[in-house]
Amino acid sequence: MKYILAGLFFGFVAVKSEVVSWFRILEMFHFDSFHMYGIIGSAVVIGIISIQIIKRFQMKDMKGEQISVGNKEMTPKRYIIGGSIFGLGWALVGACPGPMYALVGNGYWIILVPMFFAFLGTMTYGMIREKLPH
Amino acid sequence: MMPEFSLQPMPWYIAGPLIGLMVPLLLVLDNRQFGISSAYRHMCAAILPKDKFSFFSYDWKTQKWNLLFVIGIVLGGYLASLTSVEGYSVVISEQTKLALGEWGITDFSGLIPTEIFNFSFLTTPGGFIVMVLGGFLVGFGAHYGGGCTSGHAISGLSNLQLPSLIAVTGFFAGGLLMTYFILPLILS
Repeated sequence: MKYILAGLFFGFVAVKSEVVSWFRILEMFHFDSFHMYGIIGSAVVIGIISIQIIKRFQMKDMKGEQISVGNKEMTPKRYIIGGSIFGLGWALVGACPGPMYALVGNGYWIILVPMFFAFLGTMTYGMIREKLPH
Repeated sequence: MMPEFSLQPMPWYIAGPLIGLMVPLLLVLDNRQFGISSAYRHMCAAILPKDKFSFFSYDWKTQKWNLLFVIGIVLGGYLASLTSVEGYSVVISEQTKLALGEWGITDFSGLIPTEIFNFSFLTTPGGFIVMVLGGFLVGFGAHYGGGCTSGHAISGLSNLQLPSLIAVTGFFAGGLLMTYFILPLILS
């Protein structure tokens, strides 16, 4: 239940701030507005401060276990290639995975099409990943 | 009449910090890292035969939180639609409007251009590329690159991860290439 509420909060904010809008994403890639950069930038600033506090005070989660924030493996190839492929799709659909769910909830049923193919893209990657450079 | 301000989006300096707070919220709730694209992986793991593909061979039930989270996002999108006003449109900059106009986009109402995102355009080559190929690349790329905007740009950068910075650079390289060189060919 708490995760549904967390998602609901995120989805609501994402729609209300127009992060889910194709128009905003294309405006961002045209460098015509600060809006998206402001959102991502300030989100990261708050994230950095929070994680620093959590690490500094060795905070525990609600189950009483030590919070650990893992490091990502340094395998540059996959981030460059995979990231660029994601970027191509991001500009086409004008929405990343989270916003797609919010758009469907908002009544844009057509977004179920890119979502279904994102699901198939995931499945394809999982099936052929051993053959790809990482 | 609705007051003028209700047509304004939630400002970036409020939305950004609220989204940033998702990172500590999920960590404090149950030591979970904010990331959304994994939900597709868990769905695959749930339906594919076990142990056939190493990428999907894990107990997806331990990651159920992620699936609940995306259900919540759908509900959040619905909740937001209840507060939407008649004639709502996203007020983007005039330069972007001009650029999109050259691609034949004239209807700027709603959150997405309905001239592109509709079922009859889906059957055209342009519509197929935008919705089908676009969706496929998002799913494929997010898992190849180890995360999407939430996992890398928000979570990863918040944890000062160099891999995430590389991935985000890739997001923009791909996005700019599409915006300036490929989309103009597809849409105009």
